[in-house]
Amino acid sequence: MGKAFPEKLLICEHCDTVYRRRVLERGEVARCALCAAELERYHLLSVNAMLALILTAAIVFVQANLWPIVTLGLSGQHSSTTLWGVILAMWREHSQVVSVLVATTLFFFPLLKMSLLGWLLWFARGGRRAPGFVPLMVILHRLGPWTMSEVFVLGALVAIVKAHTYFDVTADPGIYAYAALTLLITIFAGVDLRQLWDEDLEPAA
Amino acid sequence: MSALPRAAELGLIACTVCGLVCRNVPGDAQLDGDGVDDAMACPRCASTLRRRKPDSFARTWALLIAAFLMYIPANVLPIMRTASLNDIDDNTIISGVVELWRAGSPNLAVIVFTASIVVPVLKFLALSVLLVSSQRGSGWARLQRAKLYRLVELIGYWSMLDVFVVALLTALVRFSVLSLVEPLPGVIFFGLTVVLTMFASMSFDPRLIWDGKDSDD
Ligand SMILES: [Zn+2]
Ligand SMILES: [Zn+2]
Repeated sequence: MGKAFPEKLLICEHCDTVYRRRVLERGEVARCALCAAELERYHLLSVNAMLALILTAAIVFVQANLWPIVTLGLSGQHSSTTLWGVILAMWREHSQVVSVLVATTLFFFPLLKMSLLGWLLWFARGGRRAPGFVPLMVILHRLGPWTMSEVFVLGALVAIVKAHTYFDVTADPGIYAYAALTLLITIFAGVDLRQLWDEDLEPAA
Repeated sequence: MSALPRAAELGLIACTVCGLVCRNVPGDAQLDGDGVDDAMACPRCASTLRRRKPDSFARTWALLIAAFLMYIPANVLPIMRTASLNDIDDNTIISGVVELWRAGSPNLAVIVFTASIVVPVLKFLALSVLLVSSQRGSGWARLQRAKLYRLVELIGYWSMLDVFVVALLTALVRFSVLSLVEPLPGVIFFGLTVVLTMFASMSFDPRLIWDGKDSDD
């Protein structure tokens, strides 16, 4: 095993340049002098604020998945769908690959990400490391770019405009829940979750 | 150019998962990222420590070529069929953009065009340029290449847009004989293209841009 010195040094992931870590001022972002990548940023959100954000996102996520997204009308007939309606429709229409892609990037991975964050932050709030902290943090890292709710919102907008030519389109509450979710994701995008590694947390009992 | 210290020169190694800085134990010459005997684990998160992502060039090329092979049918084959009482219409990615433009939403048409055509093509070109220049150890425009890589990483997944549009319309437009939307194989190829290009950009190691000959000394 290598010897570690977490508190003093910092290595740019994008070019391998070594820096001595320093305390950042409010709102400050440290950038690599060689490749200009972001090294670290000041943590604007406290653990409590992050937890509140995640809980809100979880509530909105449930609504986004339960409520219909859009309703189409044609000669007195109506048709609406939820996210799971989309997943099942693609499965039935011989596009199982797409069905699985939609289910993972819009349902399972976002759900997993929020659950993990909720779990880890809940314990961090009490100054403790959650049970399973290390493997869960690694899973969180690996989830990386595979949650795509914000792309889906734009996709819904495009679908609405396309359908508008032929049908009466009504936007349903689900789409607003998705829009709210996107807003929360955007706020959370600026959070560097690696700070949880550095927090001085007591090991899980 | 000032001599900023690089991790390899100082005998340090950064964990790519948790960011911890570790010192190489002596005799770690094999920690060269070639996948052989790379057994040193991060003391904090237990992930394997490597100087560089393993086989970065070979993997990225393989994934990029596979993605390109998927991208051809994704564009040639129709992605969606719209059927009404007396009309069947098969849409490709491009015809979908044109239709959106005609439907009076040039802004959205530009967004879809960007996500479905510009971004994938940019990814193919950008990653090819990054691979060739890094393999040659070129010192050309390193900062711009590093920024290009980060741009590709940032925007890559937005290409999934058209896949979601087809999926949503399939689920929505269900008016038996009056009007139906069905997905066609092009959309599967397009989904696979996006996934493969995402894996390709993830397997490229941006630190390779800065390795090799120091031609800017
Ligand atoms: Zn850097
Ligand atoms: Zn680690």
